[in-house]
Amino acid sequence: MNFSEIMSVAWEGITANKVRSLLTMLGIIIGVAAVIVMIAISAGTEATIAEQINSLGANLIIVTAKRGLPGASRTLLYSDAEAIAEEVHSIAGVSAEQTTTTLIVKSSEAALEMTVTGTTADYPDVRDVPVGDGRYFTEQELDRSAKVAVLGYGIALDLFGEADPIGQTVTIGTTKFTVVGVMAEKGLVSGVDYDGFVYIPITVVFQKFVTSQMAGDRVRTIYVQSESQETMESAILQIESLLARRHDVELDNPDFTVQTQQDIIDTQEATTEAFRSLLAWVAGVSLIVGGIGIMNIMLVSVTERTREIGIRQSVGATPNDIRWQFLTEALMLSLVGGLIGVIVGVGGSWIFGASGDMRTVIVPTSILLAFGSAAAVGVFFGYFPANKAAQLDPIEALRHE
Amino acid sequence: MNNQPIIQTADLRKIYGMGDIAVAALDGVSIRIDPGEFVSIMGPSGSGKSTLMNILGCLDRPTEGQYILAGEDVSNLNKEQLAAIRNRQLGFIFQSYNLLARTTALKNVMLPLLYDQNNHRTNEEREAMALAALTAVGLADRVNHQPSEMSGGQKQRVAIARALINKPALILADEPTGNLDTKSSYEIMDLLHELHDQGNTIVMVTHEPDIAEHTQRVICVRDGKVESDGRDGASKCAQPSAAEVSR
Repeated sequence: MNFSEIMSVAWEGITANKVRSLLTMLGIIIGVAAVIVMIAISAGTEATIAEQINSLGANLIIVTAKRGLPGASRTLLYSDAEAIAEEVHSIAGVSAEQTTTTLIVKSSEAALEMTVTGTTADYPDVRDVPVGDGRYFTEQELDRSAKVAVLGYGIALDLFGEADPIGQTVTIGTTKFTVVGVMAEKGLVSGVDYDGFVYIPITVVFQKFVTSQMAGDRVRTIYVQSESQETMESAILQIESLLARRHDVELDNPDFTVQTQQDIIDTQEATTEAFRSLLAWVAGVSLIVGGIGIMNIMLVSVTERTREIGIRQSVGATPNDIRWQFLTEALMLSLVGGLIGVIVGVGGSWIFGASGDMRTVIVPTSILLAFGSAAAVGVFFGYFPANKAAQLDPIEALRHE
Repeated sequence: MNNQPIIQTADLRKIYGMGDIAVAALDGVSIRIDPGEFVSIMGPSGSGKSTLMNILGCLDRPTEGQYILAGEDVSNLNKEQLAAIRNRQLGFIFQSYNLLARTTALKNVMLPLLYDQNNHRTNEEREAMALAALTAVGLADRVNHQPSEMSGGQKQRVAIARALINKPALILADEPTGNLDTKSSYEIMDLLHELHDQGNTIVMVTHEPDIAEHTQRVICVRDGKVESDGRDGASKCAQPSAAEVSR
């Protein structure tokens, strides 16, 4: 028998019992769809992480206090940031950040209740958050605690609408600030609205907005930009030993945390990795269960069609012809199941992506992988029933009722 | 037609089981059937006639002895080779027709062509051959009917068309009229006679003496041996048992 004849006989075998064939394929369909959706979700997550790398500022080292709530650090001081800037080699910039308690920020038109972020002058460079209109505040303004503010893109819209905010006055708490710049639009990055900040000189935060619990020059985060990827390691070691010395703590039990983007990425990837391996198991088990389903139904089919096998043998079908016929049928079941699985998987990935929270990227190789696994399952689990059919004795088979 | 026999067997034995419980279903059968003969094989159940039929049909192999079919020794061929012999040299007609269900008459008749390893015909050629074979058995108007839509006589005609499609050296009919009413039986026998007149060699297994009477030569088998082999009809065969007649 040639290829097209084998295919058409197998197709007739499958379509003779459409509902049964569809149910048999279900395991394969679920397995293949799971593989594709799983890979689409993890590729989507990876793409999101990659964007975060790019938007967090290049070669960024992030120093935070180990204990204490955000914004209420007990140990990290502005002088630590100054010391890092002076003593650590091969760094391109240092910036510190402190957040106020919730304050009323108002213009002549509108008022918002929010926290305000105090930073140093090189914050836009270190964090890679560029200014859109106007300018950021300068070192001089920082040193003399000038009452100037830079608004996030969204805040500028909220407070001033279409009007140009630069040169206007905003009142933060009870203090009047002059708006000198508006940040470029950045949007949401890993759940943080970068357009929703108001930046003022950190020295003003220390002067005007410290509560009794956060006296002094405590900072929430120190951002250090390394000169290059190669100098990261050395910069981190220097920062750690410097801070340990200044805080009088052991290096292996510090009261601060030094993280890089890579650490953050690794943490996030560890989370997605766990999710991914769980889904890989589900997909793998489903494919195996699907394969057992195919084997089961093929064994039933061989028994049901023993007479047919005998007839085919009597007119000259060789054991090989019979083996190929049933193997092709099993393979076709798994491939048609695989094809439906691909459609369900691609459609499911698309729906996941379109519905919001989860970003998905459909990876073409995942379709090949899933399809290939389905084919392998078909051959593996189809061989035993096919071989059983091929070994039937023609006389017994013809006598079978 | 040359003088080479279609069937030549020498001391065929088929033994089932081993040692003390070994049973010889065939115990030394030597027959010769020449081209163009129409032969009946008769015998009560358990006589070994089915075993003989299976071996002659290359569905089974003898334990001992030699079987030469159309000049080729087929006694020791493997399963693949036997399948090829069945395809090329043999046409089967069974008591229960053995047509594929849910398959049209045309496709049933085409079936042996699909397994023909020597000829790679196009589908159109195969369909034309099958149509010609169905026309020859008078079923040109039933080509697209499925077995469930046909009478027993029509089904048996389809089976005969299928047996003829590869122009076999030998047609083997196993109780071809066993499931048919008298009228259909005679129609089928007339068709077999027609095939015989065209030069086909036919071997038919039956237990009905009136059917066996149609043939030139009747071989009677009993206890695994050829009891008689004659040209004078079924009369010389031992009368079948009452149980055999009522079956």
